[in-house]
This record gives sequence, C-alpha cells and structure tokens, in this order.
Amino acid sequence: MKLKNNIAISETGFVFDPNSGDSYSLNSIGKEILELIKSGKSKSDISFHILNTYDADEFTFERNYDDFIDMLKHHKLLENE
Amino acid sequence: MNKPKYTIAITGLNNTDNPGPGVPVIRALRSAKSFDVRIIGLVYENLEPGIYMENVADKVYQIPYPSVGSEALLNRIEYVNSIENIDFLIPNFDAELFTFITSQTRLESLNIKSFLPTKQQFEEREKEKLVEFGEKYNIKVPKSKSLTSVNDVSKLRDDFDYPVLVKGKFYDAYIAYNSEQVIGHFNKISSKWGLPVIIQEFIKGTEVNVIALGDGRGNTIAAVPMRKQYITDKGKAWGGITLGDETMLDITHKLIKNTKWRGGMELELIKNNEGDYYLIEINPRIPAWVYLAVEAGQNIPEALIQLANGEDVAPFTKYDIGKMFVRYSYDLIADISQFEKLSITGEL
Repeated sequence: MKLKNNIAISETGFVFDPNSGDSYSLNSIGKEILELIKSGKSKSDISFHILNTYDADEFTFERNYDDFIDMLKHHKLLENE
Repeated sequence: MNKPKYTIAITGLNNTDNPGPGVPVIRALRSAKSFDVRIIGLVYENLEPGIYMENVADKVYQIPYPSVGSEALLNRIEYVNSIENIDFLIPNFDAELFTFITSQTRLESLNIKSFLPTKQQFEEREKEKLVEFGEKYNIKVPKSKSLTSVNDVSKLRDDFDYPVLVKGKFYDAYIAYNSEQVIGHFNKISSKWGLPVIIQEFIKGTEVNVIALGDGRGNTIAAVPMRKQYITDKGKAWGGITLGDETMLDITHKLIKNTKWRGGMELELIKNNEGDYYLIEINPRIPAWVYLAVEAGQNIPEALIQLANGEDVAPFTKYDIGKMFVRYSYDLIADISQFEKLSITGEL
C-alpha cells in the first residue's frame, strides 16, 4: 500500500490532492499515521509505533486503521496495486 | 530597456455573475512584463461593470451587437480605430468571434492584429458537431443530438436516458429529467440563442477545465488545468483551484497538436468516477478565469499578444499547483454623468 507520491501533507494536518484539487483535514493521529504510510512503513510497523506511543489496544487500532485505509482508498489517495 | 506601448481593444467587460473575460484579460495585460498598454474597452451594454471600474479601460466605446450585422460592427471598429489607432484586438464573446474571424483581412488592412482560431477550427468544435470532433481527434465525448424543432423531443427517448443536458448554441445549459423539462428549456434557449438546441448525454462526475493557448503550428504555449470548487446556478465557477493533472495536460497537448489550434481556448471536461475524461465543450477563446493562470505563472493574454505580433513565444513549462481564485461581488459607485456620456455619445 502506497500513498500517491504527490499528495501534500502540511504541519497542520491539511492534506491536498493536486490531481483532484480535493483537500482534507486530519487530526493529529490521522496525520501521524498518514506520514508513516507516506514514509513507506508497513501496517505492523505503524501498529507497533501507535501501540507503544499511545494508550490504545490492538483491536481498537486495527478497526480504526482499516477504516482509515478504506477512506484513503475511497478518496483515491492510494496508488493502485 | 524601453518597453513598447500597445493600444489593445477588448470586449467582454461584463463582469457580472456570468462574467465575460474582458476584465481579467485587461488585468493580465496590465501586468505584462514585455509591454505597456492603453486599453480600449468595447462594450455592448452601458452597464457593463468594466466600464466603471478603475484602472480597467482607458477609454470605452459602445459597439453594436453582432446580430445587427457584421458591417455595422466593423464600421464602428473602423471609427474607433481612426481615433485610437488600435494595435491589437482581443474579442472575448463567442457570439462575436465568427464576425472577427471572417473579417481578418479587413482588420489587417486597418493594421489591427489579432490571434484567433481559423474558421475551420471555430466551426468544427461547435457544440452540435462535438460527436464528429471526438471521433476525428480520438477524444471521448458525450452522445449529443441537435434539435431544430420541439417536435423532435419525443424521439429523444430512443437515444438517451434521462437526465440529459439541454444546451444553447453559444451559452446556457440546463439539466432536464423528462421530456416536459426538455421542451421548457428548448423554448427558453431557442428564443435567446436561436437554433439548434443541443441535447447532450449527462455524464456524472467532476467538472474540470483547462485554459490553453495554441500557436497555430501545433505547439501548446500555455496550459493550466483547474477544478471548479464552487459553481453558481448559471454553472459558472465562483471559486477554482489549479490542478497537477497530467492526463488533462496530455489531452490538451494532443488536441492542440492535432488541430493546430490558434489562439486561446478553454476545454471543458468531465472526469467520471472511473477516471475517464469526457470533452463536453471547447470554448474558442480565453475564459473568464484566466487570471488564475496568470497568477499561477502563465500570462496567457501577454503571450497571445506576442503571438499576434508575430514573435516567437517559448512555451510555458510550469505553473503553481494549488493556486485558488474566489470571485466576489462589489458595489461600484458611479455618477449619472458617466452613464449619460456613454448613453448619449457612445464613448466614455
């Protein structure tokens, strides 16, 4: 899974897709996860990082992470695999 | 180095909720780096906002509508030229373009230069010929049909699923969900813009546009894609953003190469959910959102004047992605004496 390489993520969590002109606002966790995806981290890497940094259990992470990925797919922000 | 100063006549000063491109074209020309300008505004109505805006036109002349006949329009241009010595003319209305395109020799004899599409280019992209255009240049276009009589509406069901778009030859487009609505729109459009009225398949998706400039030899001098972010009830962009969409640029480059397009143009495209692009219209002139392209790095009106002047113009190679425009309305305060002068003398 790879984020399209021209997607811009700002410090404030504002995401801009230059292909469609669409923009999105992320909260701090969303921004952190998207940056990890952009840097090429795998799901298990991201899970390890989040579970060790925040007070979250694996089940909650899995559910929210999968929702988040579905949303990225829906908005065509990921490269086709 | 001294810059030349050109006198440039421009139409389309109707900066209303359905704006003509005149005012943003003038704004672009006033920010040109390679020349200075004296702007002559040519107006049809005496309430076109550009007449009263500051630092837009240096002098304004009323001109007769093209529907009065090309001779009257050209005689008036000749008169204006006798006073102003016009160097260049940029017409900005679809309805007047044909007259100016077919009057090139006369304009040249007055030493007025322009850079317009050829008659063939202008005619082959007309809305009622879009299907043939798509086939000829290998571009996806929606299914279309020209109607010359309201009696043909009942036969649409054989070829189209509702909703459909009902479009005027020059302007206006309405969506219709049944034959009764088509008839209503047909009557409204045909009384305003004449026949034919065009029925077009409705493609669901996002409307995106490209502003471009062709040098007439197949080269794309400028091209900037944009997505309308806010659309008025007249279907006009009230806000837009430049895109970094390579497919749109590719479509534009191929089209200009294959048609050898001469002059400014706007491609109107629909991108559907599958990512396919459908060409729904080509406007054979600079569109009203041109100033977005200027601020994004491509001064298209300046380049158009350079082409009209016979100069070699290097293609723009970049523009800023994510540049936005937002229109606004503003009440200009004018004096009745200005209105009076224009109404009585036809000049201001």
